[in-house]
Amino acid sequence: MAVQMNKDQDGLAKRALPKGAAWADEARLSAKARVEVTGLPTKRDEYWRYTDPKLLTSTEAPYAAILETDETPHFDQLDRLKVVFVDGVFDAAQSDDLSAQGVVIERLSDVAALDIHWAKDLYGTLETAGQSPVARPLAALNTAYANDGLVIHATGNAAKPIHLIYLHQDETSDAMLHHVIKVDPGAALTILESGPAAARFSKVIEVDVAQEGQFNHVQVQGRDHERRAVTHCFARISRESAFKSFTLTFNGVITRNECVIEILGDDASAHVAGACVGDGRDFHHDDTVFITHDAVNCESRQVFKKVLRNGATGVFQGKILVKKDAQKTDGYQISQSLLLDDDSQFLAKPELEIYADDVACSHGSTSGAIDETALFYLRSRGVPHKEASNLLTLAFLAEALEEIADSDIAQELQDRLEGWLGRRNA
Amino acid sequence: MLEIKNLSVKLEEEDKQILKGVNLSINAGEVHAIMGPNGSGKSTLSYVLSGKDGYSVTDGSASLEGTDLLDLEPEERAALGLFLAFQYPVEIPGVGNMTFLRTAVNAQRKQRDEPEMSAADFLKEVRARAKDLKIDADMLKRPVNVGFSGGEKKRNEILQMAMLAPKMCVLDETDSGLDVDAMKLVSDGVNALRSEGRSFLVITHYQRLLDHIKPDVVHIMADGRIVKSGGPELALEVEHNGYADILAEVA
Repeated sequence: MAVQMNKDQDGLAKRALPKGAAWADEARLSAKARVEVTGLPTKRDEYWRYTDPKLLTSTEAPYAAILETDETPHFDQLDRLKVVFVDGVFDAAQSDDLSAQGVVIERLSDVAALDIHWAKDLYGTLETAGQSPVARPLAALNTAYANDGLVIHATGNAAKPIHLIYLHQDETSDAMLHHVIKVDPGAALTILESGPAAARFSKVIEVDVAQEGQFNHVQVQGRDHERRAVTHCFARISRESAFKSFTLTFNGVITRNECVIEILGDDASAHVAGACVGDGRDFHHDDTVFITHDAVNCESRQVFKKVLRNGATGVFQGKILVKKDAQKTDGYQISQSLLLDDDSQFLAKPELEIYADDVACSHGSTSGAIDETALFYLRSRGVPHKEASNLLTLAFLAEALEEIADSDIAQELQDRLEGWLGRRNA
Repeated sequence: MLEIKNLSVKLEEEDKQILKGVNLSINAGEVHAIMGPNGSGKSTLSYVLSGKDGYSVTDGSASLEGTDLLDLEPEERAALGLFLAFQYPVEIPGVGNMTFLRTAVNAQRKQRDEPEMSAADFLKEVRARAKDLKIDADMLKRPVNVGFSGGEKKRNEILQMAMLAPKMCVLDETDSGLDVDAMKLVSDGVNALRSEGRSFLVITHYQRLLDHIKPDVVHIMADGRIVKSGGPELALEVEHNGYADILAEVA
């Protein structure tokens, strides 16, 4: 299972690709060729200027201690269909039966062996499209070597959310998963993801949302301190469709989340949001987002908030590209950090590139400390310093959490954040 | 109730002496007013009492019911029963007014080893108090003071005061930015809270607030000291003649 990602790529050429049907072999070979052309990322690459990819590309076996916790598992109160992966390997015994109304769920390893399957038109296709104008070699590497994942087809209103649970049990696991998702016209699907997944985790999701389809995604990454993760979400959305994705990240020595969305149909909307909390010099979190508007009257939002303390680092690279004919585009982008001390840092690169002339796009980025005036106001009302500081920290994150459509999920994530802050300030 | 002796305070950053020996004694149930020209130290007094950073006490003391206030954290002073109604109430985006109120009420109770107020009791109480102050459900739901008008902010201060039921209330220019109707509403709210066990220190520039909240004692503050004290008639004197006469008299 473990795939070593060698910087000089000597190992890469020798490594065996998973075997499948002709279309799958072809997709994997072509992905491997893409990596060979670009090479794996290094800190010298402009796109990796603020995040050193070394921990993601190193050949040495990563080690990540497993966090012992007796907390309630994520989304435990929700009626959902559970699919469990342990260190990147599907676990049938712990998973629910994969059949549900309005949705067909299959395993990539099964699908890749079939000569005829709709996934052949999508697997690696959106990832390939997302390689331009910026190369994303780690995503191509995933397309080439991932052997497991889910292939999900929403044919109607999926009866319940599908919850992908990523358990981490092996301290040196090096896991790759690749999910392919198709949302039919007018269909609706919610995907939830949670867990540390592995010592090192690479994940790609390719999502194709047809007209009037709705795709809703919430993922929680954490809380193992030494885990490393690189995730890519490639989405292509059509007329009057809605794409919504929210990521909450706790801890981790490196997390790079890339989200690449192409809006191809009129009157569609794409929202990507995230909140992260990090404590310590070895916390590094990077949100890299690229949204392309290529249709009329579409809306996109990017809302990212990071709470950083004790020397933690946060990165945001966000771009809105509005093509020539994408008139009436409404694009919004905000990235903010709350720095709880002088050692922490936030590096932001907000970008707008607009070729249409009738658009409304705005972007903003801020870094700041806790508002002392508000802190005193709370304390003067009897709220102790730590509690007041936590309340203001949650208030800072609120705008991002508001992006979550489901209020029960939003409440749960808020409670988890409160727990995290409480543990820090105990 | 509140005992201030020879309180001397300077601004930490500028090394500038603001209070130069303030003496003030307020008994339980009394309402005292402090008037004085700009820069006399009125607001500084309210901040020092409530424990705001940035001031250093160079001499003197301040105690609430015999407990020294000056060594305590702001939240400890609040739990003892001290309340400051801010001249400029602070906006806190992202924190709902109700959450704020309930957190404050229960944080104080916790510090006093009292049981927390149940959600149902809290809701009942806050609704009744809000109604008296003409604060609607929307204002309770919105983030603290965000988008509130000047009058709404001041009413929200009085609502907090009502919910926290402090012993010693310091009102810092609560009349600033209020029109006549709003001033009446706020004053009614304050008057409703007057009781034998509760004292008030009302800081104001104008006598008109004191028409509504009738003080027992009026103090005139100038250059960091209380230079004259008297009955309500002292406020009228200021209203008619300004501070010049009084300041000349005591100089």
